[in-house]
Amino acid sequence: MSDILTDGKAITDGLSVLEARRSTAETFGIPLAVLAELTHRCPLQCPYCSNPLELDRGGTELTTEEWKKVLTELAEIGVLQIHFSGGEPTARKDLLELVQHASDVGLYSNLITSAVLLTREKLSALADAGLSHVQISFQGNEPGVADRVAGLKNAHQKKLEVAKWTRELELPLTVNAVMHRQNLHQLSDIIQMAVDLDADRLEVANVQYYGWALKNRAALMPTMAQIEETSRIVEEAEVRLKGILAIDYVVPDYYALRPKKCMGGWGRQFFNISPAGKILPCHAAESITGLEFLSVRSNHSIAWIWQNSEAFNRYRGTGWMPEPCQSCEFKEIDFGGCRCQAFALTGDAGNTDPACTLSPMHEQIFKQAEQEAASDHNRFLYRNFAGGTLETEGEHGA
Amino acid sequence: MAASRNISVSEASRPKLPRHAKLKFDETRQVWVILAPERVLAPDEIAVEVLHLCDGVRSVSDMVDQLAAKYAAPREAIATDVVAMLQDLADKGFLTEAREKTP
Repeated sequence: MSDILTDGKAITDGLSVLEARRSTAETFGIPLAVLAELTHRCPLQCPYCSNPLELDRGGTELTTEEWKKVLTELAEIGVLQIHFSGGEPTARKDLLELVQHASDVGLYSNLITSAVLLTREKLSALADAGLSHVQISFQGNEPGVADRVAGLKNAHQKKLEVAKWTRELELPLTVNAVMHRQNLHQLSDIIQMAVDLDADRLEVANVQYYGWALKNRAALMPTMAQIEETSRIVEEAEVRLKGILAIDYVVPDYYALRPKKCMGGWGRQFFNISPAGKILPCHAAESITGLEFLSVRSNHSIAWIWQNSEAFNRYRGTGWMPEPCQSCEFKEIDFGGCRCQAFALTGDAGNTDPACTLSPMHEQIFKQAEQEAASDHNRFLYRNFAGGTLETEGEHGA
Repeated sequence: MAASRNISVSEASRPKLPRHAKLKFDETRQVWVILAPERVLAPDEIAVEVLHLCDGVRSVSDMVDQLAAKYAAPREAIATDVVAMLQDLADKGFLTEAREKTP
């Protein structure tokens, strides 16, 4: 017994432990965590929103009873954590009921929110219903940049307030900072803000360019110099803040040498559910045309859709890969990168992700990124249900 | 704030899991897990046994007595191991100290 107890690894990172228990390749265990996009409605209009360009309208959203049935089914098939996201999940009037239901069926619930619609009472009620973690997005470290990016006045101030309540209620807090050319100069201050807010984790996520962000790429793409500075700042902060603030850093694809292991590999360890109930391998998957994604409203179970549907199996594993992926020694490390990005940039989701230096298109997108980063195109196309609204001339400072 | 973090575990501590760390048996995978923000941890058998004793009432000293009796092992060795394990969990934010609720 003492051997086990003195072993520093007595408690290990269960994700890897549980992953390792799965038999390889042919069978895919049910993911440990699932993202539930309750709605695409949102008071913010961030130009890099990860929702698809074609947003699900309010009338198509799953009903309260449908979501509760989904949560019950997820728990039954072995999902352990649910991330309530959106759009803005607190725009759903039934969020409290859904969080309570998640608790009742044994799901651990996280809230991924812009925070601007929350009151202290609402947050407190959610905590009492079993909410266990709050993740708040920040668009900058002060209202000038932050409110402009969010496209909503006073948003930043409200977020600070909600972050404070979150910690007062003793809920763990993650600050989610999406970074791009027009706010990267605030990174050091954002890190300090996360410390001051007593956050447990900070996600420094460079924008990923699909959907809305792809439309806004020229206004968002950082310069190579900014990226180098960013890496330096993050590395320094990780050392300095060890034990105080955990930092997750997502590097920007276009300047990478190897593509990211997107979603841990298509259909391997993650799915999300869209507001209208579609089961998707990632939140941008609907941008790939020609794939049919089944809904929880179909006559198939969620487990069946995960294991058997054509869309999930299409890019699973390595068998689908073309060259240069097929003979690449990294093919089971990055799984060929991101299908949505391959589709967006090459027109075929089955191609190598151009973020990879081995892609014939890599050089081209790298050059394009550099050109766009050097441009003075700073106006945003704000995300909304009307297909986007271009920022008014003169509001973008520079 | 941050009251639930950075605790120092001693034999006098009365540890418990904070509200955001949940110990649960995963029926699908047939393992005990600790659910925490963005993480699922798989504690080993012994850790699970100790964690079940962390009810915010029992002191670490009591736990050690109980375990030493059960496994007929030297108390001192058990104490060292249990404190180290609990401190590791506390450092990761999965263990807190029982205390009076402040308004």
